Amino acid sequence: MATMLEQKNQIVDPMLPAPYRVQRLRQDTYDTFTLELQSTNGADGFRFSAGQFNMLYVFGVGEVPISISGDPAMSATLVHTTRAVGTVTKAMRKLKRGDMLGVRGPFGTHWPVEEAVGNDAVIVAGGIGLAPLRPSLYAILANREKFGKVVLLYGTRTPSDILFRRELESWRLRLDLEVYVTVDRATGNWRGNVGVVTTLIPKAPFDPRNAVAMVCGPEIMMRFTVLELQKRGVTAENIFLSMERNMKCAVGFCGHCQFGPTFICKDGPVFRYDRIKDLLAKREI
Amino acid sequence: METLEPILAEHPFLQGLEARHLQLIVGCASDVRFDTGQFLFREGEEANQFYIIRRGKVAVEIFGAQKGPITIQTISEGEVLGWSWLIPPYNWHFDARAVELTRAIALDGKCLRTKCENDHDLGYELLKRFTGIMEQRLEATRLQLLDIYGNHA
Repeated sequence: MATMLEQKNQIVDPMLPAPYRVQRLRQDTYDTFTLELQSTNGADGFRFSAGQFNMLYVFGVGEVPISISGDPAMSATLVHTTRAVGTVTKAMRKLKRGDMLGVRGPFGTHWPVEEAVGNDAVIVAGGIGLAPLRPSLYAILANREKFGKVVLLYGTRTPSDILFRRELESWRLRLDLEVYVTVDRATGNWRGNVGVVTTLIPKAPFDPRNAVAMVCGPEIMMRFTVLELQKRGVTAENIFLSMERNMKCAVGFCGHCQFGPTFICKDGPVFRYDRIKDLLAKREI
Repeated sequence: METLEPILAEHPFLQGLEARHLQLIVGCASDVRFDTGQFLFREGEEANQFYIIRRGKVAVEIFGAQKGPITIQTISEGEVLGWSWLIPPYNWHFDARAVELTRAIALDGKCLRTKCENDHDLGYELLKRFTGIMEQRLEATRLQLLDIYGNHA
């Protein structure tokens, strides 16, 4: 019976892709798009935790790790947001409604949403890094009363690179959520903040002694974000980063994503900062 | 008459300053307000003030004939705008324009320079604070230059 349930709800063999059909492809920015997928094997839904990723296989082209950007509570549709930068993601962007895709997952560790209960939750995203953080925000907002202040700090390149713009605008209207957006570059008609995302941290309204920070973006951005969070007084044990390396098997067999003594695919991608801080500055890794 | 001393004392830039130094600074301070779109200063003009932003947002801009105004950074509540008053030849290198209604305290740079020359402790204290701001802005500028969100990053 247990085996039947397992077969119904999840992939038993982690190396075997399950067939999914493209339900919708939405262009978010000029180079970033969101895919909505539905299972074709009759599974009830896709259960995952915020921060986990899947291996998406474009048949005949290749397989890439993409973090899940949808709501963990909405398991009927699997949502991924990515940027078209390589052969596979460029092919993925050309997919149409009804096209098939292979999915393996979910893999990896998740954001510490449970651990943040009772504390202020500070989410710091840079560029496409907002995509893997969005599920954590959904999860927090679904149980909003369990958290202290909830702050989203988002930095990106230019106003036209802002991801999930409509959603950000609707979140900004909420009285129980603080949303600050900044861009690195802007022309005269932009009325928002200009400057790197780290400049938002000193002014952000949260209690550093009682805050859990979740950070995702380019590694350099994360390193400087950690410095600013620590300047504010957030401890290393309360800072979590999502790391990225060249993941292939996603289950810790192949070693492509080795990061010091850990594998990003199975020990990460979400790490507590104090557990990897010595590795972050090492060029050899 | 109510002075600007309590407001200045609470501003993050001047917090913890000795009372005697604060009093010297208050003597150079005035309350100012800028409407949306109004320039606080323009490139090339004499830099005789710096601004402690109390409310609102100011864009630091540079203008290119082909590109129009390009915003380099925005400065908002709790921050400080301008350090050209400290460095000869005391000219602004950028434009500063209010993005929204902005209230600030303007500090007269000439007045402060004279007071700093007469009281080096005050000068050292102010320089330490401005050096911290310069370091933050230099770091932020370096990160901006890296274009870390670009495809090649």
